[in-house]
Amino acid sequence: MIEHVLQTLPQVVIDGLALGAVYAIVALGYTMVYGILELINFAHGEIFMTGAFVGTALFLSFSAFGWLSSMPMLLSLLLVLVATSIVTGLLGMGIERVAYRPLRSAPKLITLITAIGISFLLQDFVRFITELKKGNYILTGPSLFTGQVSISASSIWSGFHDASVKSSFFIVLVTAVVMMVTLDFFVNKTKWGMAMRAVAQDRETAALMSVNVNKVIALTFFIGSALGGATGVLFAIQYGTIDPYIGFILGLKAFTAAVLGGIGNIRGAMFGGIVLGLLEMFAAANLPIISNGILGAEYKDVFAFSILIMVLIFKPEGLFGKVSIEKV
Amino acid sequence: MKKWLNVLEQNKRLQAIVIAVYIVVTFISLYLAQKSVVAFLLLLSSLLLLHFTTFSHRVKWVIGIVVLSVLLPLAASQGEAYQSYMEVATLVGIYIAMALGLNIVVGLAGLLDLGFVAFFAIGAYTYGIFATTQANNFMPFGQYPLSGESFWVFLIIGCIVAAIFGILLGIPVLRVKGDYLAIVTLGFGEIIRIIFNNLDKPINITNGAMGLASVQPPKLFGLEFMYPSQFYYVVLVILLLTIFVVRRLEYSKIGRAWKAVRENEIAAQAMGIPLVRTKLMAFAVGASFSGMMGVVFAAKQTFVDPTSFTLLESITILVMVILGGMGSVPGVILGAALVTILNLQVLTELTNWLNQLSLSGVVHIPDALSPAKMQRFIFGVILILFALYRPQGLLPAKNPRFDEKELKSGATNMVDGKEGAKDVYFNG
Repeated sequence: MIEHVLQTLPQVVIDGLALGAVYAIVALGYTMVYGILELINFAHGEIFMTGAFVGTALFLSFSAFGWLSSMPMLLSLLLVLVATSIVTGLLGMGIERVAYRPLRSAPKLITLITAIGISFLLQDFVRFITELKKGNYILTGPSLFTGQVSISASSIWSGFHDASVKSSFFIVLVTAVVMMVTLDFFVNKTKWGMAMRAVAQDRETAALMSVNVNKVIALTFFIGSALGGATGVLFAIQYGTIDPYIGFILGLKAFTAAVLGGIGNIRGAMFGGIVLGLLEMFAAANLPIISNGILGAEYKDVFAFSILIMVLIFKPEGLFGKVSIEKV
Repeated sequence: MKKWLNVLEQNKRLQAIVIAVYIVVTFISLYLAQKSVVAFLLLLSSLLLLHFTTFSHRVKWVIGIVVLSVLLPLAASQGEAYQSYMEVATLVGIYIAMALGLNIVVGLAGLLDLGFVAFFAIGAYTYGIFATTQANNFMPFGQYPLSGESFWVFLIIGCIVAAIFGILLGIPVLRVKGDYLAIVTLGFGEIIRIIFNNLDKPINITNGAMGLASVQPPKLFGLEFMYPSQFYYVVLVILLLTIFVVRRLEYSKIGRAWKAVRENEIAAQAMGIPLVRTKLMAFAVGASFSGMMGVVFAAKQTFVDPTSFTLLESITILVMVILGGMGSVPGVILGAALVTILNLQVLTELTNWLNQLSLSGVVHIPDALSPAKMQRFIFGVILILFALYRPQGLLPAKNPRFDEKELKSGATNMVDGKEGAKDVYFNG
């Protein structure tokens, strides 16, 4: 049993890293908004989904114009990523302006309800557009970066099996790392990043220090949504087929990642995402073996969810979060 | 217009005439025009009209029960559409009871539960497993399916099982901050569905994605409940019971504790309200209504499978509560009735009509735009618009008002604020 687990380990780690990178960046969107507004932005998973659709649509029209073959692959990827993140970033800003800003002083319950409303609206809107254009709401993008690379893990240790990797894995991982490093730099080293941290700490005092709070919040939504949308593109490249309902369960898991790392903590969200991706892939590959076939791989969602429950019971502030005391 | 309404409000006899005429006219029109869904809906909406009259509670209840139990089935029974009308009315009843359950959790205790349909599923499966041959697979004793008479016992069992699951879910979650609750319950709803979908191995308990077929219909004194027109009365009785319980709970000690927790947790705790116990109670009571209706649903459909219990269902119930007014019992009843009828009647009728238009070539509506597929869109819009512009809902909740003098003189008479309060106990 252990032998088999070890044999598949290299493949599990590689798949887990790809999935974890996606979770990590989506988790960033949750954590940033939560840090600044103490609001769970339910629509974030839907923004990710919209990004996947916008990206795939762009790729499809690129290939229809024949640009995909005439341009270097990486350049067209870069173009699509930038365009998609601008679209979804603006979408996130718009959502904040229309649905969250008027309710900033309302009870939290009401804001959560608008957030759910927005996410339903987005799901159906995307379904509608896709179905109108394609006749079916499940969309398959052009296959890009499909070259297989074999990693001979068996040469490291004979107990491992070789793992095979799609070259899109490297694209996903590199882009994710670049995005995370840039964000970390932005938040910690620039003036706007400092304003963001100030607003997260104390909105009113920040306003007194001549920080334009509304602008900072809008910027936070823009960055979080732009990252989420770009991740959607990466997801579409890596997994090929997308539908309008992928955002919901993925958003739930990314939120789990954010809680795992300590909600409001940006580096924690990155870490939590990677950990969750690895754990989930490990569970999907090995649950049937460990439990002697009682639990199938379908239970991997249940597994991710039970991690959320565990964290909430034993360490609600997350791995890197600070314990917050509510003052009256 | 306003003047007329004022006159109407002052004059009870006039109100009695108006409502009597309305009921008679709609009754006759449904009796004569059996196919008219509009007449059916108009007769139902006489209850809404009744709500706005200033009669005493007892009179309103009596009229309401007469309309629902005698007039409505009688008027609808004259044509072949009888069973489909009763089907709609039954489903409306089921959803009202569930929305009332969610109203306790969301409206009174202020805890956002996005996986409410899980409890409905638990109730449905509780009856479904034991009222089919399914239970033979894992139960060491007893003969299954149980007979239809066990349905009445299972109403209680479904209640209790769902309540236990409500508490099990609540224990870990309620100790942390409120907004985590929403996302955890969201996950819980999905998890329950996944588990029911996969619990056919190693022991076949739920029969997986195939679902449980031919669930035993309920039986009472040898009479089998097979048709919607019979289920209608089962649901009606349970519903009246539910409304009674909910109204009593709302103004009881625990009801006031729920409202206190909703308004401010920390202040409520400081006033000596046990926070976790109060919240768990809300979860358990809300879940138990849903579980009970799950049993009825399983018996009515005679078929249970995991696809009936998706996130969309949970959000549908939430929309009912938000639309009607959080915390307001009449509001939630109205909201549930409106949404169910919209779902079952209006959207399908509209789709059929548009399809006919497309077929005859008048206008071309693409399939993607067909109203039956636009549920999510419509619900999303309702949630956003009501949260932004009318968070109190269509019929807002009102707190009871007390007359200071009367209280001091020793008569501890409470009026439940909704109606009637204005005429006797109004206190500036």
